[in-house]
Amino acid sequence: MIPPAFDYAVPKTLNEAVALLGQNPEAKILAGGHSLIPMMKFRLASPALLVDLNRLDGLAYLREEGGWLKIGAMTREADLDRSDLIHKKYPLLADTAKMIADPVVRNMATVGGNLAHADPANDHPATMLAYGAQVVATGSKGERVIPIDQFFKGPFETALARDEILTEIRIPAPKARSGGAYMKVERKVGDFATAAVAAQVTLGANGNCESVGIGLTNVGLTPIMAAKAEEALRGKKPDDANIRAAAQLAADAAQPSGDQRGSEEYKRSLVKTLAVRALRKAVERAKGG
Amino acid sequence: MSTHHIKVTLNGAAHEAEVEARTLLVHFIRETLGMTGTHIGCDTTSCGACTVMLNGKTVKSCTVFAVQADGGEVMTVEGLAQNGNLHPIQEGFMEKHGLQCGFCTPGMMLSSLALLKQNPNPTEEEIRWALSGNLCRCTGYVNIVKAVQYAAEKMRG
Repeated sequence: MIPPAFDYAVPKTLNEAVALLGQNPEAKILAGGHSLIPMMKFRLASPALLVDLNRLDGLAYLREEGGWLKIGAMTREADLDRSDLIHKKYPLLADTAKMIADPVVRNMATVGGNLAHADPANDHPATMLAYGAQVVATGSKGERVIPIDQFFKGPFETALARDEILTEIRIPAPKARSGGAYMKVERKVGDFATAAVAAQVTLGANGNCESVGIGLTNVGLTPIMAAKAEEALRGKKPDDANIRAAAQLAADAAQPSGDQRGSEEYKRSLVKTLAVRALRKAVERAKGG
Repeated sequence: MSTHHIKVTLNGAAHEAEVEARTLLVHFIRETLGMTGTHIGCDTTSCGACTVMLNGKTVKSCTVFAVQADGGEVMTVEGLAQNGNLHPIQEGFMEKHGLQCGFCTPGMMLSSLALLKQNPNPTEEEIRWALSGNLCRCTGYVNIVKAVQYAAEKMRG
């Protein structure tokens, strides 16, 4: 399958990329391309211009700075998986990166693209919701920071303006006694999640949950932050009964629809099970396990 | 619709060509350069039959535009054998019966090479994980794993 014809531009600077987007209403950013190119083949997307960010320097990095983990938007999933820092301090992110698509796709797929594409089936959105992350959007008026819970507006729709580029993701550096986990059920490697749950927990000195973040993948029109489930566990002891109660609230927050991956009922039940497992694992990791 | 003059090194040999922006790398390799060892399977980034190395990393060449490879180095299955001698990975697939119809094999071998460059002594689980983006509908993977183990041992010397 050959995509419809388009123009292709390689900007030399970020400003040039922003200007190209501003001048061309039908332009799209080419990052990893592993969502966009298949969509172009199927004629679900027909951009008139692709603005390729792959040759721009300085958009792929992982660094801790000022209390944040800063991730350049063009960082590849494979680079997350190869990073000791990510495996040691950000296990939720490490879990997520290695469940995205397959190892060959992960050499191209980018973290920024996974978020900006805003497919509710993508994995990073739930993870970033659980982390309470922020994204940096760069446009003609400069940079602005968007909290992740205000970023997803609908399926494939974000808070980015037409001439804005997602350039950085910021995850709060976890405090002591923090842990996270991503639990995903997929029919086979490379498939989208039937459902998945991201959990991030920080325990206080008394062992109770000081902060809790829970995000849900592919059980609604947007990624879902399970706010009531988070609230229910905050300040509580992370024992089995409390984890189960929070997981039930996470399942209640899911809005799945039945499809070839399973019925609505099955997916809701799956969210509960995965939430229990993700929270247990997050707590275990927070305790240093 | 833009066209672009690109320079690509394929298996060590320099090539130049005029391509439409929408030309996929796999079509460029097969049709423009005439190297048909790289196969097109699903055409939708799932099966891995079209896996090649681009600048040292495996990519599914049905999901990369040829223009993205401009200035880069591509390695396909034809680049494995040197001076008429099979690469240990090719030898492993032959010795251990790691293929039946052979359609997935070029991609499977490139992914195997990427793994062994990073991890010269992988466990069975690591091999299966590394090849999870490449689908084989014949072998059941058992002999593919053996082929990679054979190659790993030979490459370690």
